[in-house]
Amino acid sequence: MALPIMAVLMFFLVLPILMIVAVSFWQATEFSIIPAFDLENYEFLFGSNVTYRVFFNTFKYAFITWVFTLGIGFTVAYFLAFHVRSLTWQIVLFLLCTIPFWTSNIIRMISWIPFLGRNGIANSTLLSWGVIDEPLDWLLFSDFAVILAFVHLYTLFMVVPIFNTMMRIDKSLIEAARDAGASGAQILWNVIIPLTKPGIMIGTIFVVTLVMGDFITVRFMSGSQSANVGRLISNDIALLAYPSASATAVVLLLTVLLVIGIMLRFVDIRKEL
Amino acid sequence: MNATHKELELVSVTKRYGETVAVNAISHKFQPGGYACLLGPSGCGKSSTLRMIAGHEIVSDGSILLGGTDISHLPPAKRGTAMMFQNYALFPHLSVAENVAFSLKMRGDDKQARLKKAGEMLELVDLSSLSDRLPDQLSGGQQQRVALARALITRPQVLLLDEPLSALDPFLRIRMRGELRKLQRELGISFVHVTHGQDEALALADEIVVMNNAVIEQAGTAREVFNAPTTAFVAQFIGGHNVIALPDGHFAIRTDAVGIAQRDSGNLQGNILAVEYQGAHVSVSAMIAGDQEISALVPEADFFNNPLNPGDQVGLIWDDANLHKLTA
Repeated sequence: MALPIMAVLMFFLVLPILMIVAVSFWQATEFSIIPAFDLENYEFLFGSNVTYRVFFNTFKYAFITWVFTLGIGFTVAYFLAFHVRSLTWQIVLFLLCTIPFWTSNIIRMISWIPFLGRNGIANSTLLSWGVIDEPLDWLLFSDFAVILAFVHLYTLFMVVPIFNTMMRIDKSLIEAARDAGASGAQILWNVIIPLTKPGIMIGTIFVVTLVMGDFITVRFMSGSQSANVGRLISNDIALLAYPSASATAVVLLLTVLLVIGIMLRFVDIRKEL
Repeated sequence: MNATHKELELVSVTKRYGETVAVNAISHKFQPGGYACLLGPSGCGKSSTLRMIAGHEIVSDGSILLGGTDISHLPPAKRGTAMMFQNYALFPHLSVAENVAFSLKMRGDDKQARLKKAGEMLELVDLSSLSDRLPDQLSGGQQQRVALARALITRPQVLLLDEPLSALDPFLRIRMRGELRKLQRELGISFVHVTHGQDEALALADEIVVMNNAVIEQAGTAREVFNAPTTAFVAQFIGGHNVIALPDGHFAIRTDAVGIAQRDSGNLQGNILAVEYQGAHVSVSAMIAGDQEISALVPEADFFNNPLNPGDQVGLIWDDANLHKLTA
């Protein structure tokens, strides 16, 4: 039974990764790619200041997005799991959360543009309310817009695993805590959050990997004014600099794996799988 | 010592869920410092009653008094009650000691003080050696003791137990019920224990409160309830009784007070339906006139002196003094 699955994994996962690793050692000139074993690509990558700035930017996006998706996702999941009493309403509201996913990623992203633009809905509304005197220009094509789009796109990936874990918490534990004199906040801090950690961790892995691997959101929402590692790779590919793109991809892959490895040391998610 | 016991009293306590009435205006005074069992079939309202006493369910009408104070609207932890949950509801992420010390932590005691107290509690239930384990690593009986220690650490005046033995295997159940009884005597506080097992109630309780259809059918000491059931429901639920319709009303009679006699003698004539060997006794069930079934519990030696088979005609004999008239 295991053999066909192994074959599929080998062919579609392991082999491509090995190819990327192999290509990352090749040499490239403006007009040719030469199979070789050369550390030139990595030397260039680690020798460049841009790399560090772009990696820093990637981490910054991942961290800020994580903070917001966790805050919103936890709240939504908590509300669904503990305040909505009937299963029917839980399902209805849960489906409501998924509605944005009925359209493509890119359309959801682009639909922010008329809203956030200089003459967009947000600016004109604020102007008409007299909150501001002239249009805010940091709403679109800025880090603000990038993070807003990330949060919009990925909060559901936080809601789902957290909600799932919360639904498995025995309700009598909450009564037992109340019986022991715990206030609402104490129950949240001492019972619900510790028991929801695996779900938080799974959501965190989703969000962090998605944000760190993204390039299109950053390109659209920053109006090509900011870069993350994904954009570095996509630019290399656009210039047909495959070896350089591969080297960056390998470093990104290792970085993401390292981040996940560190996170998994703190929380045991095996029970959730 | 009795002066320190606070009396728990229910005054026409009612619980409604929408249109359905789960508990219908029940009133009862529990014996202070006693072991009381709320006994009844599932859905009879016994758990709702317990949960209202604990404060996990809001009383729709009526009051709950403890030592003369109305506690019906106090939060659970302020009532002087503590609850032990059916599946123990131990916090899976906390060690045994931290589980027991949970309420002290909520109160704001520092770590050392609360763990010291938890240690004392664990000694009481004989679990000191396991204080660093997680609940998952304990057996059912051990988990139950942790739950007990956690409930008792707040020094409640009344301990409420929601089917505490139902998750245990039969052998452990009998052992744990002995321990519960012993602990109740040592602590001298009131226990209110919800169960659907009549044997459990008889073995444990000073006082049995039998509930059915949201009301109290009968309350009294275990012997009173067993020997003199007042309603047909109680007689049937508590077991070991026949309910017979005689010309002057319905009566209950204990199965071991019914004897088997020769055909054409005795109080009534019957036709044997089944014979069941139960070890010390043999249970003989017979059909009498009017399609009523009567069981007689005959000592084993007596039965085999004069063995009977299904289909035999026999007389059923009893002393009229053993008949209890039923009100409903």
